[in-house]
Amino acid sequence: MTDMRGTAMRGWRRSDGRKGIRNYVAVAYLVECAHHVSKEIAWPYREAGAHVIGFPGCYPNAYALKMMQRLCTHPNVGAVLLISLGCEGFNKKLLERTIRDSGRPVQLLAIQENGGTRATIQKGRDWVEAQLKDLAAQPTEPMDVSELVVGTICGGSDATSGLTANPAMGRAFDFLVEEKAAAIFEETGELIGMEDWMAERAVTPELGIELKACVAKAARYYETLGYPSFAPGNADGGLTTIEEKSLGAYAKSGASPIAGIIKPGDIPPRGGLYLLDVVPDGEVRFGFPNISDNAEIAELIACGSHVILFSTGRGSVVGSALAPVIKVCANPRTYARMADDMDVNAGRILEGTADLDTVGREIFDLIKQVGAGEMTKSEGLGHQEFILTYKSFEPIGPACLPAVA
Amino acid sequence: MENSDTDPRLLVLAPGDNIAVARLEIADGTVLQVAGRSVTLQRAMGFGHKLALRDIAAGERIVKYGAPIGSATVAIALGDYVHSHNVASNYMASTVPVEAAL
Repeated sequence: MTDMRGTAMRGWRRSDGRKGIRNYVAVAYLVECAHHVSKEIAWPYREAGAHVIGFPGCYPNAYALKMMQRLCTHPNVGAVLLISLGCEGFNKKLLERTIRDSGRPVQLLAIQENGGTRATIQKGRDWVEAQLKDLAAQPTEPMDVSELVVGTICGGSDATSGLTANPAMGRAFDFLVEEKAAAIFEETGELIGMEDWMAERAVTPELGIELKACVAKAARYYETLGYPSFAPGNADGGLTTIEEKSLGAYAKSGASPIAGIIKPGDIPPRGGLYLLDVVPDGEVRFGFPNISDNAEIAELIACGSHVILFSTGRGSVVGSALAPVIKVCANPRTYARMADDMDVNAGRILEGTADLDTVGREIFDLIKQVGAGEMTKSEGLGHQEFILTYKSFEPIGPACLPAVA
Repeated sequence: MENSDTDPRLLVLAPGDNIAVARLEIADGTVLQVAGRSVTLQRAMGFGHKLALRDIAAGERIVKYGAPIGSATVAIALGDYVHSHNVASNYMASTVPVEAAL
């Protein structure tokens, strides 16, 4: 992959007008039965730009299909190899067509029709190798901050997360939105108690109503699952009310007006701040909405995120397939223990050696450096986690994306 | 962001906030500068716990990082410890008994 460190952001332009900050080959399994073959195909090229994604389920699911369509045509993806067992329910022909229509090279290999494991791995590797060569020769174009989509998430949180890393990322979000980038925050289940305050930031009153409904849906969903929103341990940590607890997660959104609500796979129509509604619609089905952080990261990426800002206090180590993850460490002690895994030390705010603006600016500058080719810590360590499970969603309502006045 | 007239052990999160947060555990009886006034802590404060930066009237919003996190249930004086004994949620009744919180 071309090393663009130290220069301005450049991107690979795709047929839909978006630009990628990476030029990867996605190797996508269409059922768990094809996962091993996919991993084996990608393994020799894992540092050269081959990333494994996929859906493990055998039964078809509209959400999973949309996610895979969006991920396989993500601007950071230049070519896609689809690995099918052969008898799974996934609509592979539609996925293949979607990728081909986007102008990307695509190859579909069914293991049952290609002589089994060994032969399919060989065919797959030959194809990936050829694609990587072609991708390396593709030209880049200058890329502006306004062309970026950035997502944010927190994981492995502790009492420092809401005090340092989350608000610092919120400040970076404000800088991004000022320069007309799209910024996406989520975790509606952790915004309970903040929705009235949040609704006041909506660009239209109708959107404000939708924001409240979105959080109410999350509250109902988690209540059904028996997931408590405020536990005695929170009070021991100095949190007095549910609003205060949610404020910690909410701080990731910064202070910009909220331009809209999107659902997984919806791409922000323009720059601005968006809430990603990750909680399924309808009755509780398929268990927990997001079984771990990477499920949400995959959804943020399916919405077009080029880069993910990940706040952690206890010390998460994950990265992601397809998009670089910037790790912002909230806790200075965790940073000292795990500096190799962390891109930014927001714990300095707690120690009094940096303020929120300084750390927010540092995160913003790092996003641009990563957009110019610099590898994040998790990228350098080879983290390429990916999770996609079953969900069901209704399309967003008309009030969720108000037109620009 | 830092109030020079407030003890560095207290973190003032945003301009306009009426509470500050302890950066570390602070012992009972510690004398702290809060907004230019000398205050003796009436109880130990854990990391992340809150202290009033100014007098707050009963019913007034408690503002942290620029956002309301509840309202004062009684008058709170500058330097007072702020938690569930003098603040209630505006969203729902606190699910935590006061004794558990203190």
